[in-house]
Amino acid sequence: MTTLDNATGTPVVIGGHRGGPDVRTLRQDRWWVQPLVTVTILTAFIVYSTWAVFVNKDYYVGAAMHRDLISPFYSPCIAASCVPGSRGTTVVATWWHITPALIVIGGPLGFRLTCYYYRRAYYRGFWQSPPNCAVADGHQRYTGESRFPLILQNIHRYFFLIGLIFNVILTVDAIMAFRMPGAGGIGFSVGTLVLCVNAILLWTYSLSCHAARHLCGGHVKKFSTRPVRHRIWKILTPLNARHMQFAWASLIFVALTDLYVRLVAAGVFTDPKLF
Amino acid sequence: MTDSIPASTPQSTGTTPSASDDAGMPAAPPEATRDDLATTALLEDGATGHAFEPSDVEEEEEPTVTLRVWRGDASGGDLVDYTLPANEGEVVLDVVHRIQATLAPDLACRWNCKAGKCGSCSSEINGLPSLMCMTRVDELPEGPITVTPMRTFPIIRDLVTDVTFNFEVAKRVPAFAPPPRPDDGYRMQQIDVERGQEFRKCIECFLCQDVCHVIRDHDENKAHYAGPRFFIRFAELEMHPLDTNDRRELVRQRMGLGLCNITKCCTEVCPEHIKITDNAIIPLKERAVDASYDPIAWLGRKILRRHKRSPEEASAASPH
Repeated sequence: MTTLDNATGTPVVIGGHRGGPDVRTLRQDRWWVQPLVTVTILTAFIVYSTWAVFVNKDYYVGAAMHRDLISPFYSPCIAASCVPGSRGTTVVATWWHITPALIVIGGPLGFRLTCYYYRRAYYRGFWQSPPNCAVADGHQRYTGESRFPLILQNIHRYFFLIGLIFNVILTVDAIMAFRMPGAGGIGFSVGTLVLCVNAILLWTYSLSCHAARHLCGGHVKKFSTRPVRHRIWKILTPLNARHMQFAWASLIFVALTDLYVRLVAAGVFTDPKLF
Repeated sequence: MTDSIPASTPQSTGTTPSASDDAGMPAAPPEATRDDLATTALLEDGATGHAFEPSDVEEEEEPTVTLRVWRGDASGGDLVDYTLPANEGEVVLDVVHRIQATLAPDLACRWNCKAGKCGSCSSEINGLPSLMCMTRVDELPEGPITVTPMRTFPIIRDLVTDVTFNFEVAKRVPAFAPPPRPDDGYRMQQIDVERGQEFRKCIECFLCQDVCHVIRDHDENKAHYAGPRFFIRFAELEMHPLDTNDRRELVRQRMGLGLCNITKCCTEVCPEHIKITDNAIIPLKERAVDASYDPIAWLGRKILRRHKRSPEEASAASPH
């Protein structure tokens, strides 16, 4: 059954003459700034992350530098081609010979692609549908998310659950970053701080997700019969109100985390130990 | 002292004649304001023994406000400039009323409460859907203020549009359907009803419907799209602890929930600051996923033998 099966029309006259001049918009403010900023940041992220995924080197700072730092783009590194020390798991994809980042990038990428906030951002910025409020849609025809492929946006909740798995893995990475092999055992460096902040931002982004809010309690009709769910829902709701901020902060910081690990691994500078 | 109202004659900004000219309406002569009359009286005061001339007084340029208003009907129209002295603290609706009182008595405009609660004076100010009574003139940028009717709905005249579409959709929303009344009456907990109370703030100004590009830019979608105002109505009913109807298939199949691409413009323009997208549309979309797209939920329904209502069943269950 498709979305429009059995649809009956609302009995209104369509095509009546509309008031106002026939122009794209009468807005006088700089409405184009917002979609431009969105496109610029997302394009920069796409370009950087694509390069980072395919460059397939300098993603791990190991015992040779007395650190245990791995780029979030390459974690968990489960391919046979992973650099020594970066494999934090016994599950090894021996048959995988290209960049190991491609194995893990699908989950977080799908989570962000189907995210309700990012949908708003790229529908406005890239698809111009619409570019901004009260600015004419850039397309003649419009079916929204009612047809393939955009109907697939409805699987967002599954990507949310996959994203949680990655959050756990990156949290473990952040904890492992306290290890200082050959330099006193345990310590705290700038790299540790970067991985910890990255993990915290990813958790805030995931937990503020609309699907999380729904699954944890939003679907309940009578909160009084589900006090625990109501409590969780009350905690997630204020986080959800800041989902946009968490989305941007976590996106930018995950790229910065990769960059930091990459620069240390490449020997551009050493990771300063704080204590 | 009529000179104190500068450039008060309405001026069409376009190349075509203004609608008011077409209608044979002569421009009303500008009238002196109360302040002007007071100044005149002062200048003519013979008690000072000196005949003042207006040129003796250092003339300060009086601040003015120019409204560029859409004048016309279904046969066409044009933007017309009206310039009046600016008054401190005025909202756009005040200026429209002064235009009606002085320069264009036939200017059509729908209004009622002047307090942002009746939802009548919806229009587009500088291109943004807004209530005229809640938009202060001094908070707008310098220069002419463009006031046009809501773009999504057919025009009747000037700033008045035909919003019948919304009332037709409203008829198609299955009403609240509580279970049979128990002997001791209905009882609800506060935590069960407070979620939907936000949606009761809606004043039905239809600015959200106006800004929604699904029908603003694609008129053909009106046949199968309810719009943000009615999505909050559906959400309110779906979240109501006593409602027994299941409208998820109805809202997905016939009310066009899938057409919404959550660009949040409805939330941005809502004068009651209802979080339409976050608190109504997205929860509705997630409920539609529960009902139609989630394979695990589907399996759960099969195992537990739970039934979701078809659009026909949802409509039939309504006490309408």
